[in-house]
Amino acid sequence: MVGGILQYLWLVPALPLLGVIVNSAIALFAERPVLLRENAHGEGGHGAGDAHGHHASPPYRKLVAFLGPAVVGASFAVSVLAVLALAARPAHDRLFVQVLFPWVQAGTFQAPAALQLDPLSAVMILVVTGVGFLIHVYSVGYMSHEKAFARYFVYLNLFTFAMLLLVLGSNFLVMFVGWEGVGLCSYLLIGYWYEKKSAADAGKKAFVVNRVGDFGFLVAIFLIFWTFGSVDYTEVFARIPVLSERGVLTTGIATAITLLLFVGATGKSAQIPLYVWLPDAMEGPTPVSALIHAATMVTAGVYMVARTSALYLLAPTSMAVVAVVGAATAIFSATIGITQNDIKRVLAYSTVSQLGYMFLACGVGAFAAGIFHLMTHAFFKALLFLGSGSVIHALSGEQDMRKMGSLKKRLPVTFTTMFIATLAISGIPGLSGFFSKDEILWKSFSSGHGHAALWAVGTAAAGITAFYMFRLVFLTFFGDSRMDPDVERHVHESPYSMTVPLMLLAVLSVAGGWIGIPEALGGHNYFEAWLAPVFGHGTEGAAHGGGHHSLALEYLLMAGSVGVALCGIGLAWYLYRARPGVPKEIAGRVPGLYDVVLNKYYVDEIYDAAIVRRIVNGSVWLWEAFDATFIDGIVNGVGALVRGAGERARRLQTGVVGSYALSLLLGAVIVVGFLIWP
Amino acid sequence: MMEPSAYLLLSGILFGIGVTGVVARKNALIILMSVEIMLNAVNVAFIAIGSYLGDVTGGVFAFMVMTVAAAEAAVGLAILIAIYRLKETIDITELSVLKW
Repeated sequence: MVGGILQYLWLVPALPLLGVIVNSAIALFAERPVLLRENAHGEGGHGAGDAHGHHASPPYRKLVAFLGPAVVGASFAVSVLAVLALAARPAHDRLFVQVLFPWVQAGTFQAPAALQLDPLSAVMILVVTGVGFLIHVYSVGYMSHEKAFARYFVYLNLFTFAMLLLVLGSNFLVMFVGWEGVGLCSYLLIGYWYEKKSAADAGKKAFVVNRVGDFGFLVAIFLIFWTFGSVDYTEVFARIPVLSERGVLTTGIATAITLLLFVGATGKSAQIPLYVWLPDAMEGPTPVSALIHAATMVTAGVYMVARTSALYLLAPTSMAVVAVVGAATAIFSATIGITQNDIKRVLAYSTVSQLGYMFLACGVGAFAAGIFHLMTHAFFKALLFLGSGSVIHALSGEQDMRKMGSLKKRLPVTFTTMFIATLAISGIPGLSGFFSKDEILWKSFSSGHGHAALWAVGTAAAGITAFYMFRLVFLTFFGDSRMDPDVERHVHESPYSMTVPLMLLAVLSVAGGWIGIPEALGGHNYFEAWLAPVFGHGTEGAAHGGGHHSLALEYLLMAGSVGVALCGIGLAWYLYRARPGVPKEIAGRVPGLYDVVLNKYYVDEIYDAAIVRRIVNGSVWLWEAFDATFIDGIVNGVGALVRGAGERARRLQTGVVGSYALSLLLGAVIVVGFLIWP
Repeated sequence: MMEPSAYLLLSGILFGIGVTGVVARKNALIILMSVEIMLNAVNVAFIAIGSYLGDVTGGVFAFMVMTVAAAEAAVGLAILIAIYRLKETIDITELSVLKW
């Protein structure tokens, strides 16, 4: 029974949760004692104990290595079956809600723990479990030298669970729980190597910056409940026409709600002005960067905007804000990507930039295109991160591209797959990135919400993307080796557990876009049609806008963006292959500009001076002036008062029996007098 | 049946003597004896009122107080002897170590 599988939708998040429970038990009761023992041992005389721990793989590690990926794989299998069952239904009926249990009930407020499968969440769970599964498998190889192996998989499984909750929840509250859950896991995984101060700091930064966004999201949920009297997606969206007619839902309220939601999205999805945490998040293990900080968690904001598309369409101002912030982020972070030398940081800024594209798409009303790019980006960016992880693994942890080079022959699988992903992200025709990126650029030009300036910025960013990605490839894989001799001796291609996921993701990076080939290229945009029931209202407007433009214009723009991408590639080839000395010369020519970009436009420093310093100073004032002086003053004052009173009162105890007797007598006289007084 | 006022007056005078002794004297033994006088002053009042009201409760109470007085005297004297052995004095002005 294919139809019956939908009843098992709860298994999709439940299976990773099972992994969390079992793996935590292993981490706490099997792994932790071993680590503690090794630490104690290591202090006395390390070496022997260390080596022992590495070679003899204890059985619990094998269990974790199996269970961690297996639960996500099983979850993926259930997801596929559930999505197939959903697809078997007629298009207007593709909405399945499963109420698990009543969760929060207070007066008219009802928020059950319920899951919802519709075309949008279907795409999301397939990406999360599918790409997530490959990254789990990859992690087994990548993390094999780590001692805290079970702890890693606990976090990774917990992340998958929270992310599935986020995309499967049927109301804003369940989404918020998932939203916070992924934030927590992001913090835990960025700070996985918590002995390293930079990693711990990066984790804290990610957590704090995300809190700023979460505040906006939370207020938006309050406002939604206040306006609609419900937090359930179906109910909220169904009440839009009635409430707008009654004048309850004004454009102002819709703008407020959507802008606050967007504040949440900028935090989670690393957009201006809250993007600063993502590049630092690269302190975490590379598979984590691939899963959380490229493929899934950071796209939660895009998912949320797409999910609330009906509200966004009521607020043209918000749409414009989303589009402008998206486009600005896309080009801003792309320019930073040019100057970075850390391979993972280049990819991090690239991710910020690509997320900007997704928001650009949402902002011009092309939600389907945004989700399409979300999916293809998940494939090729996960591949790029895993590929860079494979490089880093091969080079014993080296991340600086200035110390790489000529790895093409040494790491053939990594090179081939990464090269494919680079072509995809650069927008070479035929690969997934081309279709999704071009769809966005075309919509940003043609849609009713679009603008030629947005298109121009997006196309320029596409050219820069092609440039910095090929710069990365040329610096890493081509040219002369600049590796340390010690490192070079150990260079090796990664094990199968790492290369097989790379190959599968490479296939997806190529073919993943074929389900969304635009009609202009003789394809049929299955992807947009699949999402139409969710965005029916939105894509319609975009399609109408598109109708005014000719096919010739679409071809022209397409050729333009491909041309720009080729220019970017050509420039990268010229600067990093043909004339390797030139980049330094250019940097020397405009030292001021180069330094500004190299230092990420000093945004971190500006934030530090404008906000962080002030909060810290304010906290110091509260601590020293308010807490230490005022609060402690009250507490200590009361103590001193009682002490002083006691100091005086103790003189009464003279030790002379006669005086006691006299007091006794006086007391008795007073009591008796009081009693017999009329 | 006679008026109890004379007895009560006697009781009051005895009690006053006892109180004066407790407060004014420095010899612990005298103080102890003064306490006995105070107790017995109360006994006089009990019996006088009891016989005036024709109620035996007053007499029963007097016996009770005597018993307590005997016990008190025994314990008090024992303490005094112990103090004397330690300090070689029973002058209460000398016994003022138990203080701040």
